[in-house]
Amino acid sequence: MSTREAQQPNLIDSNDFNALKSAVPIVIGISLAVAFQFTIPTAFGPYYSRLVIDAGIAMILAVSLNIVNGMTGQFSIGHAGFMTVGAYTAGMISFYGSLLLWGASAKHGSFLGSGEWMFLTACLTGGVVAAFAGLVVGLPSLRLRGDYLAIVTLGFGEILRVILQQTGKVVDDPAVVREAPLTTLASLPVGGAIGFDGIPKYTSLFWVYAMLSLTVIFAYRLKNSSFGRAMLSVREDEIAAQAMGINIARQKTLAFVMAAFFAGVGGGLLAHEGGVIISPKDAGFQRSFDYVIMTVLGGRGSITGVMLAAVLLSGLPEVLRDFERYRIIVYALLLIIMMLSRPQGLFGIHEIWDYFPKSWKKSSRKGAAR
Amino acid sequence: MTALAIGSLYALIALGYTMVYGILKFINFAHSDIVVLGAWSSYSIAIRALPWIGLDAHNPATPPPLWMSAGIFIAIVLFCSLVGFTIERLAYRPLRRAPRLNVLITAIGVSLLLQNVGQLDFIFGASPQKMPALLPNWELARLAFGSGESTRYVTITLVDTIIFAISGVLMLSLEFLIFRTKFGTALRAVSFNTDHAALMGIPVDRVISLTFMLGSALAGAAGFLYVMKFPGMSQPAHSIWVLLGLKAFVAAVIGGIGNIRGAVLGGFIIAFVEQFGAYYISSNYRDVYVFALLILILLVKPTGLLGSPVREKV
Repeated sequence: MSTREAQQPNLIDSNDFNALKSAVPIVIGISLAVAFQFTIPTAFGPYYSRLVIDAGIAMILAVSLNIVNGMTGQFSIGHAGFMTVGAYTAGMISFYGSLLLWGASAKHGSFLGSGEWMFLTACLTGGVVAAFAGLVVGLPSLRLRGDYLAIVTLGFGEILRVILQQTGKVVDDPAVVREAPLTTLASLPVGGAIGFDGIPKYTSLFWVYAMLSLTVIFAYRLKNSSFGRAMLSVREDEIAAQAMGINIARQKTLAFVMAAFFAGVGGGLLAHEGGVIISPKDAGFQRSFDYVIMTVLGGRGSITGVMLAAVLLSGLPEVLRDFERYRIIVYALLLIIMMLSRPQGLFGIHEIWDYFPKSWKKSSRKGAAR
Repeated sequence: MTALAIGSLYALIALGYTMVYGILKFINFAHSDIVVLGAWSSYSIAIRALPWIGLDAHNPATPPPLWMSAGIFIAIVLFCSLVGFTIERLAYRPLRRAPRLNVLITAIGVSLLLQNVGQLDFIFGASPQKMPALLPNWELARLAFGSGESTRYVTITLVDTIIFAISGVLMLSLEFLIFRTKFGTALRAVSFNTDHAALMGIPVDRVISLTFMLGSALAGAAGFLYVMKFPGMSQPAHSIWVLLGLKAFVAAVIGGIGNIRGAVLGGFIIAFVEQFGAYYISSNYRDVYVFALLILILLVKPTGLLGSPVREKV
């Protein structure tokens, strides 16, 4: 019920919709990303900027998973699988693309230079390929419900992990790649079990936070659209939703496709992050669990809640680094206590501003142009 | 023969998953950690008990007398059922009325907790160990197939036979317990409809506790038998254990989750597909066969082989 109450003002807002107003959050997001890019590394050093990048990628993945798990009420535990699909696709494009164009796999060009644009294309292509994988995995939802669907997503991640482990060595000789680009690529030279090393490291605060703002704006607008409300109704009661004329199989499949696209983009960012070697292990269930935990802790369907949980959970291991041995134990205990004491997650289905005092809310509503 | 032995192990673990799912409708992710607990505590008991009767724990040629192995086995089963009871009491019972996703997350939390507490130095430690042999390494029979160059031998070892026999006895007694006793009737009633069972005067909480103890006891037994078969033990948080649990869970799903006989059937199917796939096609894709089979079966029959279709009511 309370979702609907919270959405009332937005319904009225959308009547006087105009293109300029809807561009405001994107502009704010991009300028925030630029600001991060030029302040954080100089002010806090590489360690903290890496943490902020990690948190950003975790937020992209958690928010995208929230489309499936939180809004549509399905239970996907193969999200890391989609992420890995995107990561490997993007990695292959930028690695072999760099070899073909510039003869070396190292970073090419400066900030917003030609290399960065190829990196953007690679991430987006990764997203598209991942979205296709999402379609394939989402299709069984025509027949399967609830837990069984969850198991299929789990199986997808595990199959992907094993297949990636059997891939060939990375070919880092530009001559070989130039000679027969297609046959080289067809043999999937992505490093097998040890991982795909040598991907140029383009990921920067700017790209992560620009992508994050796009993801968040997309998720938020989706949640408040008629399409998103159809998803929420599938979550609340499938039979009632069907009776209202909602094609539940289509909603579920599309939720998978959209979530997988952003997971793929997030994977592309992760693959190009300095100090990260993407490997088959990343497709396994353990990483998927991390993201599931973030969405549950944040509250199912609450975008800001999930973002906060993603920041907390990606930062927590760093805080507990001094107690290396006990780190995961504390983490697990926190999780159990959290579930026992606050089962609806940090914010439940609310957004963070639902907790602000009333007087704040009015002014923020004007400013943020939601 | 290996497939039969592994199949019965999968079936034992799958039974635990399927019973908990049947009664509480959630996937108990901490179940595989009870298997680990069974495996590792049998190691730590064995490594201390063998020198006590004057044997070298690291010499596989001198297995201990049978009463000692049996004693360790019973101790493990009791210990694991106690742990299962504690977990249910502390972590799952407060969530009886919570959404199922929350119970699932709690189960993941418990699983992480067990794994990493087990890794601590004063519990099991974080390095792989070799399980001392508790059974003599006998070959009972050797069957030859084919002739000449292509002769293949199938060896039946004592370990395989004992695994198969113990699991068979456990499964049959479980079958008896569930379909022939008062407790079994209560269990089936609770799994059918918890509220109605409570109205009929069935102590629901006690039945659920007992189910957890039963499932954990079977998991502990499976853990013990697993290290009899594969003495090289990975550290408690190694992903090989989680994968073992996942495959057993897949077995439960293939057979139709919530269905006791289905779990046994699924366990053997999984083991045969895995072993024969590894032998005849390629052992690199061992895990793929299992999950691909799962997806295929779910697509054809969404509730598993022996599962009954669930009708949803408004």
